[in-house]
Amino acid sequence: MQLNREDLLRAYRTMRIIRDFEERLHVEFATGEIPGFVHLYAGEEASAVGVCMHLGDKDHIASTHRGHGHCIAKGCDVSGMMNEIYGRKAGLCGGKGGSMHIADISKGMLGANGIVGGGPPLICGAALTAKVLKTGGVAIAFLGDGASNQGTTLESYNLASIWKLPAVFVVEDNGYAESTAASYAVAGTQSDRAKGFGMPAQVVDGFDFFAVHEAAGAAIERARAGEGPSLIHVQLSRYYGHFEGDGMTYRGAGEVDRLRNDRDCLKRFRSKVTEAALLDASELDSIDHAVAEQIDTSVRNAKSAPPPTEADLLTDVYVAY
Amino acid sequence: MSKKSFRQAINEALRQEMRRDPRVVLMGEDVAGGAGAAGEDDAWGGVLGVTKGLVGEFGRERVLDTPLSESAYIGAAAGAAATGLRPVAELMFVDFMGVCFDQIFNQAAKFRYMFGGHAVTPMVIRMMYGAGFRAASQHSQCLYPIFTHIPGLKVVIPSSAYEAKGLLIQAIRDDDPVIFMENKVLYDQEEEVPDESYTIPFGEANLTREGSDVTIVGIGRMVQIANAAADTLARQGISCTVIDPRTTSPLDTGSILDSVEETGRLVIVDEASPRCNMATDISALVAQEAFGALRAPIRMVCPPHVPVPFAPNLEDLYVPDAARVEAAVRAVMQHAGKQGARA
Ligand SMILES: Cc1ncc(C[n+]2csc(CCOP(=O)(O)OP(=O)(O)O)c2C)c(N)n1
Ligand SMILES: [Mg+2]
Repeated sequence: MQLNREDLLRAYRTMRIIRDFEERLHVEFATGEIPGFVHLYAGEEASAVGVCMHLGDKDHIASTHRGHGHCIAKGCDVSGMMNEIYGRKAGLCGGKGGSMHIADISKGMLGANGIVGGGPPLICGAALTAKVLKTGGVAIAFLGDGASNQGTTLESYNLASIWKLPAVFVVEDNGYAESTAASYAVAGTQSDRAKGFGMPAQVVDGFDFFAVHEAAGAAIERARAGEGPSLIHVQLSRYYGHFEGDGMTYRGAGEVDRLRNDRDCLKRFRSKVTEAALLDASELDSIDHAVAEQIDTSVRNAKSAPPPTEADLLTDVYVAY
Repeated sequence: MSKKSFRQAINEALRQEMRRDPRVVLMGEDVAGGAGAAGEDDAWGGVLGVTKGLVGEFGRERVLDTPLSESAYIGAAAGAAATGLRPVAELMFVDFMGVCFDQIFNQAAKFRYMFGGHAVTPMVIRMMYGAGFRAASQHSQCLYPIFTHIPGLKVVIPSSAYEAKGLLIQAIRDDDPVIFMENKVLYDQEEEVPDESYTIPFGEANLTREGSDVTIVGIGRMVQIANAAADTLARQGISCTVIDPRTTSPLDTGSILDSVEETGRLVIVDEASPRCNMATDISALVAQEAFGALRAPIRMVCPPHVPVPFAPNLEDLYVPDAARVEAAVRAVMQHAGKQGARA
């Protein structure tokens, strides 16, 4: 897929929204106002956006506990998400799900997930629906390096392969599952695992939006053409702890600062498009300002929004009972 | 004796048993933390720091960080137990039982029976349970009734730091597979806990309050809620016995029945979902074995039949609290029923 001006602006804006959303949550979480567990996606934006730029509402994604970026990239409403994270009635899930369970089925977003490895089987199902009903849709599982060791994930690789499902497995390898390094916990390589199940695999630099975008384009095109599933091993990093409150003592000194300075996906995108004179720095600046305002408004509104009502406790367990 | 938190009590039990018996090993995700990473070793000590410091004393041979592969390592704990180790595996949140349940209930739980009494599977699986952390539907469940349902498993639910230490040491020394449930809201709670090691036997309930009007049975953290309710009610002239069964399998049915024979009234406080939980199980027991003693219908104080909600106001409504227990006790006290006939 060729990226035109509009696409480039959209890609930058979406990555910027994710970054600001997460950095703001980092600050707000420290005040104690945000309930529960919050896992931030900052640093990994190029992956969600590079993949989801190829998708429409008829395509499905399954996300992880680190789900805010995937949600935003798939088109979930930002203030609805913020309200959800604050446990508000106006949240995308009515305040019943929270950060780890944000979903918007109408956008093809099958949910963040509190269970590591929960997503890949669901994506086999969504891909099966697309195949049986001939919707032309594809289904994408985002999963971490940790999740790549879960039985459900490996079973899904096999199932997707033997059924030739229109699915893509995007392994977001940020080097850690909680405090445990992938170098310790993952035997073999992600791409060899894919090959073991008869799937093609690509390895990409997850700080480079353009690299992710290109690899995802090829995998998604292949899936849409009925040629079966594939895997993308995206190598990236998270800027914050596993969850908010994690002191990250397991990381090497200066590790995050170096990544932020030298490899950051937003900085890299900016220099690439401005040096190639594809976009003006001033255009990107005005996106930055508009996004900052959007996030600010969403936080302000969420803080003063009402919580669910007592009656909401008992609703929506079943369709009918 | 000194003040120790629930977390410290568990850590101390693990440390003392690992010192005593070289066959005791720990395994789980981030039970040490920092494996393969450039920074601090022992970076986590479990997600809420319960096993912190143990890798320093016992090394990575005996404190094993696992990949995110619960079926494999919980199953490995069962296999290791059946062949000579005494593993303590950590599942982190009970909610994750879903990805490894076969290894627990079809494998570990059944070896002994299926193999004609020849197998011994001395393993403990520790896990956190319970609401109150704003952790939403997939990190807040109780689920102990499901383990209690399985023949071959023992199920331990400590209600305080003192209980946790003695029951965990007992669990590690026990020769059967033991499910050890830790309520995450209790970790920072402190009480006097002996420094030396001690055991609390399974299947022996603890009476935390003694009274003559109503029997209240609480499970896990709900024992504390029941105690608080009993104390308030005592000031209002209603005297309650509070029973902490400590283990739901085996269950000390004798203590519960004896108490109901005395009081004639029963309230059960259980944080687990209300269908087929410990409250329904104990109700059935009492209805069958002590029907004649009952002076009022049994009351169950449980959450509604819904997943645990995220929003704090809804979660607070969801979990049973002392006010609901007090109301249930007053309701059984006010029941007209057979009071006259009995008097
Ligand atoms: C089945 C299951 N096991 C364990 C956990 C606890 N847990 C949550 S996230 C996580 C690490 C996930 O690592 P990875 O898949 O690499 O994703 P990342 O956090 O790095 O984005 C763990 C162990 C869980 N939520 N579900
Ligand atoms: Mg990871």
